[in-house]
Amino acid sequence: MKFLISMHINPAVLDALTDEERAALGAGHGEFIEEVKRSGELIAMQALVDPSQAAVVSVRDGRPVVTDGPFLEAKEHLGGFYLVDCEDKARAVELATRIPDAAIEGLGVEVRQVMFADGQLEA
Amino acid sequence: MTPPAVVDLLRELAPQVLGALVRRHDRFEGCEDAVQEAVLAAAVQWPVEGLPANPRGWLLTVASRRFVDQVRSDHARRAREAAVAAEVPPGEVPDTDDTLVLLFLCCHPALTEASRIALTLRAVGGLTTAEIARAFLVPEATMAARISRAKQRVRAAGGSFGPPVGEERVERLRAVLHVLYLIFNEGYTASSGRELHRADLAREAIRLTRAVHARLPADSEVTGLLALMLLTQARQAARTTATGDLVPLAEQDRAQWDRELIEEGVLLAKASLAGPALGPYQVQAAVAATHADAASAGETDWAQVHALYLVLERIAPNPVVTLNRAIALAEVRGPAAGLALLSTLDGDGRLAEHHRLLSVRAHLLEKAGDVAGALANYRRAAKATASIAEQRYLESRAARLKA
Repeated sequence: MKFLISMHINPAVLDALTDEERAALGAGHGEFIEEVKRSGELIAMQALVDPSQAAVVSVRDGRPVVTDGPFLEAKEHLGGFYLVDCEDKARAVELATRIPDAAIEGLGVEVRQVMFADGQLEA
Repeated sequence: MTPPAVVDLLRELAPQVLGALVRRHDRFEGCEDAVQEAVLAAAVQWPVEGLPANPRGWLLTVASRRFVDQVRSDHARRAREAAVAAEVPPGEVPDTDDTLVLLFLCCHPALTEASRIALTLRAVGGLTTAEIARAFLVPEATMAARISRAKQRVRAAGGSFGPPVGEERVERLRAVLHVLYLIFNEGYTASSGRELHRADLAREAIRLTRAVHARLPADSEVTGLLALMLLTQARQAARTTATGDLVPLAEQDRAQWDRELIEEGVLLAKASLAGPALGPYQVQAAVAATHADAASAGETDWAQVHALYLVLERIAPNPVVTLNRAIALAEVRGPAAGLALLSTLDGDGRLAEHHRLLSVRAHLLEKAGDVAGALANYRRAAKATASIAEQRYLESRAARLKA
């Protein structure tokens, strides 16, 4: 079963971390990636640039309108995701608990099953 | 592209060669890699150069060489090199059938189900890692890591090349049958995109189950599982429309059912029921055979289906069985009786808000004439399912009620 484990970050929370905490966060992700790669559960992981770099695209009357900044007017934004293929939802949740973000107040880790997929997975 | 005849031959020979190699060297992990390389080499060479006079001997010779090369390049195992290299080159494969032993090893209790499936398809099914990865829609690297981790686990758990005995053997055979059942379902319920690759899995599961059945013809659960697969597969063509929409059993065009598979499946189902013990696959096969017996949905012997689910509930209690019994009960005694039985499942955490429970309830409410209740349950079921085809089907039922 494929699950998307998404990380919802809050730039203010991340900015408030000490250098040590930030380093630990990075190292924690590194260890996690190694672990799910070895177990044959990781399909892909992607981390996104800061939400301030986002562009919101809409088309009105056939004309594209592009505005800077994130779409959601929220404190939290999608920061990145892990796409995993694992035994069941319980295992996906267990994996999510090992993502360091889950231990930081103000950061969110969400697990959702994939329903439909297409595209190149060999890349 | 390797021609189908060569692919079939390789899949047939791969476990035999692996068995022979493991017997000789007693190292499953390395031998399995060596056989995989030999199979890949054959898939490239045979179509061009023609089949060797003795394909099995060819594979064994190449795999043995690869294995020796592997041992040579493995510095940590230098000490063993002399011993291995000194062995006589392989001649004919000994006439020992190791298919079952390999299956038992691949379904080792130290492995997760996903790993058992992958390892079984590779070591016994003779599929390449790339083929397995494609069938499960994951990158090859992910599947390669899963298979290699599985082999390490088997080694670490002390998995030896020798069939388990006594109660352990019974348990392990059950695990093997479950893995074959899962492989079949993965292929049979394929509903999206690369359907072809996944349909292959159903065929592959049937082929492997046939192989087990040929070796254990007196085991009635093996016979039952094979019958269940054949009777289910027989409905494949009628199960979806040309556009991929699901067609429920009651609305399937029975002329599209594969009579040959049904005939074989019914015979096997009957034979399995004549055995001394009664297991869940036999009973499920009997249910499938009852459906196959009915010329039209209206002629289904629901009393028999219900009786069979009662038996299944007794020997393998499970909320999904009760769910299926509720459908049969509703046909025999009316929707209210079915709904009453469903309500006993509400407290079951395993099934609460499960899309199957919601969709069966919707179906029975619809039969009972409660349009609003049916609509609400179809909609909740549509949200709860992870299958696009099922979601489309449930939404179409809801739309039909609204109209």
